[in-house]
Amino acid sequence: MAESVAIQNASERPLHGVLAEFDDVDSISAAAREVRDAGYTRFDVYSPFPIHGIERHMGLRPTKLPWIVLVCGLSGTSLALFFQWWTNAVDYPFKISGKPLFGIPANIPVTFEFTVLLSAFAAFFGMLILNRLPEHHRPVFESSRFRRATDDGFFLAIEADDPQFDAAKTRALLQKLSRHPVELCHDSGQSAAMPVWIRSALVAVGALALLPLAAVVWARASDTTRPPIHIVQDMDSQQRFRAQVANQVFADGRAMRPDPAGTVAWGELRTDATLASGKRGDAFLETFPVPVTDAVIARGRERFAVYCTPCHGQSGYGDGLVALRAAELQEQNWVQPSSLHDPLVRARPVGQIFDTIRNGVRTMPAYGRQMSVEDSWAITAYVRALQRSQNATIDDVPAAERAKLGVQ
Amino acid sequence: MTANPTSALHLDEPYARPILVDGDRDLASVTRRVCGVVEAPKPPRAWYIAITITSAMTVMLFAMVAYLIVTGVGVWGNNSPAFWGWDIVNFVFWVGIAHAGTLISAILFLLRQKWRTSINRAAEAMTLFAVCCAGLYPSIHVGRVWLAYWLFPLPNQMQMWPNFRSPLLWDVFAVSTYATVSLLFWYMGLVPDLATLRDRATTKLRKGLYGFFALGWCGSARHWQRYERAYLILAALATPLVLSVHSVVSFDFAVSQVPGWHTTIFPPYFVAGAIFSGFGMVVTTMVPARELFGLKELVTLKHLENMNKVILATGSMVGLAYATEFFIAWYGGNPYERFVFLNRALGPYWWAYWLMVFCNVVAPQFLWFKKIRTSLWAMFVISIFVNIGMWLERFVIVVTSLTRDYLPTSWGYFKPTAVDVCTFAGTFGLFLTLFLLFCRFLPMVAIAEVKTVLPAAHPHGGHGTKEGAHHG
Repeated sequence: MAESVAIQNASERPLHGVLAEFDDVDSISAAAREVRDAGYTRFDVYSPFPIHGIERHMGLRPTKLPWIVLVCGLSGTSLALFFQWWTNAVDYPFKISGKPLFGIPANIPVTFEFTVLLSAFAAFFGMLILNRLPEHHRPVFESSRFRRATDDGFFLAIEADDPQFDAAKTRALLQKLSRHPVELCHDSGQSAAMPVWIRSALVAVGALALLPLAAVVWARASDTTRPPIHIVQDMDSQQRFRAQVANQVFADGRAMRPDPAGTVAWGELRTDATLASGKRGDAFLETFPVPVTDAVIARGRERFAVYCTPCHGQSGYGDGLVALRAAELQEQNWVQPSSLHDPLVRARPVGQIFDTIRNGVRTMPAYGRQMSVEDSWAITAYVRALQRSQNATIDDVPAAERAKLGVQ
Repeated sequence: MTANPTSALHLDEPYARPILVDGDRDLASVTRRVCGVVEAPKPPRAWYIAITITSAMTVMLFAMVAYLIVTGVGVWGNNSPAFWGWDIVNFVFWVGIAHAGTLISAILFLLRQKWRTSINRAAEAMTLFAVCCAGLYPSIHVGRVWLAYWLFPLPNQMQMWPNFRSPLLWDVFAVSTYATVSLLFWYMGLVPDLATLRDRATTKLRKGLYGFFALGWCGSARHWQRYERAYLILAALATPLVLSVHSVVSFDFAVSQVPGWHTTIFPPYFVAGAIFSGFGMVVTTMVPARELFGLKELVTLKHLENMNKVILATGSMVGLAYATEFFIAWYGGNPYERFVFLNRALGPYWWAYWLMVFCNVVAPQFLWFKKIRTSLWAMFVISIFVNIGMWLERFVIVVTSLTRDYLPTSWGYFKPTAVDVCTFAGTFGLFLTLFLLFCRFLPMVAIAEVKTVLPAAHPHGGHGTKEGAHHG
């Protein structure tokens, strides 16, 4: 038979141990107790399922796996808490509706999940490492009967490096316990460790897996003048000519095209240049080019409230809510809006105030695109009224109205 | 090797061990029966028909996902005011189904419900496949899929970190931890059975592949000792984990301020619903699978009946939660809450609400009758109702609240598109394809674990020593 040939050939190799087969849980448990009581320590029981209580029959000590899991689990807890505190409260303070930057309750879910994750890794990989798995080969696999250890066979092997081991005596002891012929097990010459090609393949895959990470680290640590690699473009960089850049397509080399001669852009038709610019020639208008009526001032007041009060304030002192907020935050780049009652501003001709509204000044944006020429003049009229109201004397009040104020 | 099961009466178990496996109950026959499915030269004809259909559906899923990525989320029905639509409905639906596997493997393990051994492997596999389907949705609904890594706290050129106080980030951690731990748990359970397949392999390819994944398992008692301890620890870890995952999913809703979502009942209500839907799906798949692969003696009618009892219990809990929500909406005195619940029952989605109540609350009540509980056709039909009902529950929660919240000016009516429907159908294709491949290539029943509940696994203390009598 092939089996006996295999055993004969094997006998030239060093002895690994003695292997005995048993029929059921009872007989193997009894055999394990006998072997333990005979003083053997380097022996193992093989079974297709965990046998309840076998570790006591074999005299095994409890595994230290739970302690490994505990340590890893606690590391997970503290690591997760520390990381959440450091990222959201220190490195990148996350301000959300005035809530505290770090608080235990909101950070518990992630802490819990991470604790479980690390504990599960510890339980699984700890089990593998303590069991020295994956294991490529074990001399007991040489026995053809041993295949049944994962089906319905129960085996007990005493290893040759046990201090009590004596080929003849040990064999006799097992033969006394087992109904089946006891088998000598020889080292096959195969190593328990992974074959070199598997190990090198794993190392190669591991090294390749690190390559992208290494590329990222290298890219972050090095300087370059080339534009960044954009794998997915989104709408970040578009193929188009921007304003003020050169374009060889046109004879004048400008990308921004001037209006063709004899055309007017939509909304740009100005029949009255003085009305539209607030200037006659280069000089600002001193008087309104439109009739100033109650309706115009009322319109100006309403538009002023929409466009001007956020910065200049209801009364025009430059104390709008935006300005107050900027002052409170001590914004470095904030330019304080002018008070409309500053003598300098009061001295300006109406054309210049109109021009400022239309085209902006310093950090004040141009509102010309957002409102009509007529509305700009209405606001200018209201600004004038406001200026006069904040610097008024009793002479400005019509005699008939003075009684209402209680003054003469 | 075969022993009389009634002789297994012990001091620490003052009752006879229940018979959990029918028919020929020796060790070798369990191995033969389970491995036979994997080792058969050809699977049943029905398997070929089924996998042809499901893989076509899977291809459709990939096509839909590709279309979505290339075009944008606008191909779905999500639009103002319902920015969450079928994507989130289906995500919660699949995550819920994923809960049965870990519940069966971990919680029933800790509760020493030995009947779980015949069904836990298949249920855990379903967990993994359902998590695959679930995880797909949040990653594609972000729109710019290539930026989905922003979900994870990775150092980046923007020098920003994600907000750890957001339920959406909790969700990322909960679902990814759950997927990882479920995979470890499932794979660890598989290792001894892969070794069995390796040792029975007749071709070099099978021996090599099963041998690679069996990690050199040899059934050593020293290995089993640490293995069992690791399994117990994983079960103890997975138990709170499984409860936390659907709680965190419910936080996605409960931590917001949308009426109908902002309620404290959500975590327990979601967990009960998840177990309910998961067991529904296990029954739906196991009833045909055990017929198809001849595993009726391992997955017995008793197992199915026990699962039906769980469905009945959790279905009643879900019904209680519906009633409680209505009570609190009235008792809480918040007019928006009151409106939302009246709107659910009587508003434009009344059909979804009452269908949900019928499927989830009324249909499982038939399981009070033993005759229905043990009838394969009846339980199959009821489990289908449960699946439909639990999908509708998520639809009702997501859509009714979003389409009619505080401002009547921004009310709307959600309509799914064909892409929504095809994507959802495709996830069933993916789930079933993976399940069919699993049935064909991996042991569907935990061989080593089933052996531990056979009479042959229990020492009878008949060898005259004191020790033997104590630990039966």
